[in-house]
Amino acid sequence: MSQRRVVVTGLGATTPLGGDVDTTWKALLAGQSGVRLLTEDWRELLPVHFAARVATEPADQMERVEMRRLDRSEQFALVASREAWKDAGSPDDIDKERLGVVIASGIGGVITLLDQFVNLNEKGARGVSPHTVPMLMPNGPAANVGLELQAKAGVHTPVSACASGAEAIGYAFEMIKNNRADIIVTGGVEAAIHQLPMAGFAAMKALSTRNDAPARASRPYDVDRDGFVLGEGGGILVIEEYEHAKARGAKIYCEIGGQGLTSDGYHIAAPDPEGSGVQRAIKFALQNSGLSTKDIVHLNAHATSTPAGDVAEANALRKALGSDADHVAVSATKSMTGHLLGGAGAIESVFIVKALQDRLAPPTINIENLDPAVTVDVVRDTPRQLPAGDIAALNDSFGFGGHNVVLAFKSL
Amino acid sequence: MALSQADVLAGIKEIVEEVAGIPAASIELDKNFTEDLEVDSLSMVEVVVACEERFGVKIPDEKVTELATVGDAVNFIVNAAA
Repeated sequence: MSQRRVVVTGLGATTPLGGDVDTTWKALLAGQSGVRLLTEDWRELLPVHFAARVATEPADQMERVEMRRLDRSEQFALVASREAWKDAGSPDDIDKERLGVVIASGIGGVITLLDQFVNLNEKGARGVSPHTVPMLMPNGPAANVGLELQAKAGVHTPVSACASGAEAIGYAFEMIKNNRADIIVTGGVEAAIHQLPMAGFAAMKALSTRNDAPARASRPYDVDRDGFVLGEGGGILVIEEYEHAKARGAKIYCEIGGQGLTSDGYHIAAPDPEGSGVQRAIKFALQNSGLSTKDIVHLNAHATSTPAGDVAEANALRKALGSDADHVAVSATKSMTGHLLGGAGAIESVFIVKALQDRLAPPTINIENLDPAVTVDVVRDTPRQLPAGDIAALNDSFGFGGHNVVLAFKSL
Repeated sequence: MALSQADVLAGIKEIVEEVAGIPAASIELDKNFTEDLEVDSLSMVEVVVACEERFGVKIPDEKVTELATVGDAVNFIVNAAA
């Protein structure tokens, strides 16, 4: 069998910048922030009073009866998957035994878990919803999308904290490469804007506390960055074997060249300051894609706006890309979307696909004073034109636990 | 307090519409929850718990399987509340 190639044929998203891909992408290019003050009273319990909620509530995009059986993370998965499936041309007549779903979440149905615990305490066991378990299980988003599309090649949920969304896409890529499937709906979602997860992140000192200026709080690479901003939502891609996509006349955005996966073996939450795991992941992603550092013109960085993480990543990028880092337009889109945890690698992959299509690298906002320790070429404030011809871009994602995932995308 | 059959039917219609999204107009005494209204087993648990709260009755788990139709449920609740 000849080498199977994997292409992107559909995109979907629901993010703090918009209820779909087009709205989100326009807002991203315009440098808008999706970060807002929370309106809930519980914010007063926390040192952090803001987050990046989705711009469009799922209630505006789906039926009420359907919603009550779904955790918020599952709602995001269905909303974004429906958009992506439609964008791929709604290929409902394909062989469902060759259709898979790989959708990740970092924390799963944590809001359901916590809400039902309150029900148990207030109303007793009869007050706990019979939908509790299907709603809180981390594979729930993938399972619900798989059910809706009748996917029978396999439904999977890799979990690696904030690298989960990227790892899902990489897993889906391997499924097509290895001839387990011809078409896969893949990505990541997260719905964890709740006082408990936020209190946990705040206890780690991981969150920004810039309560007087929420929209300015997520500032990757700025000298005064003080932590990440929690976001919610999700991104979904339809990926497909190249000949399969061509045969059905699908619109093809770009190719996924390959992935690089490593682990740090260093610390449960802190980044390895040497960044050797990140460098190896970049090297493997390039090798597996048949690319060299010369081909890379754009990189969507993990860059969450934490003091240690941003510089460790930038150093690793510089070391891995060498002098070729000079022609890589680095974008830190979490400056606008906040950090979607398990959804991050997925929406950022959507952004890379759009960047290759429009030949525009999105901006990084809120950098007032670039940290002098950052030695990569950061796209600031306005989008940057990418070159014509054959180009390639990387998305890197890291997760607590020391997970490193790098995905390589190529124009086609 | 005694409940009328009409009151209980009206209440069940509201509950089933809320839980399962079935239009109240299509819910009648002779309809089977599973076969006619397609209320799945998880949603049936929700319907039962909501009926208990609303009508102040206990519907034991072993009785739930005997409540095949809307009429069965109405009769059970009317008798239990009498």
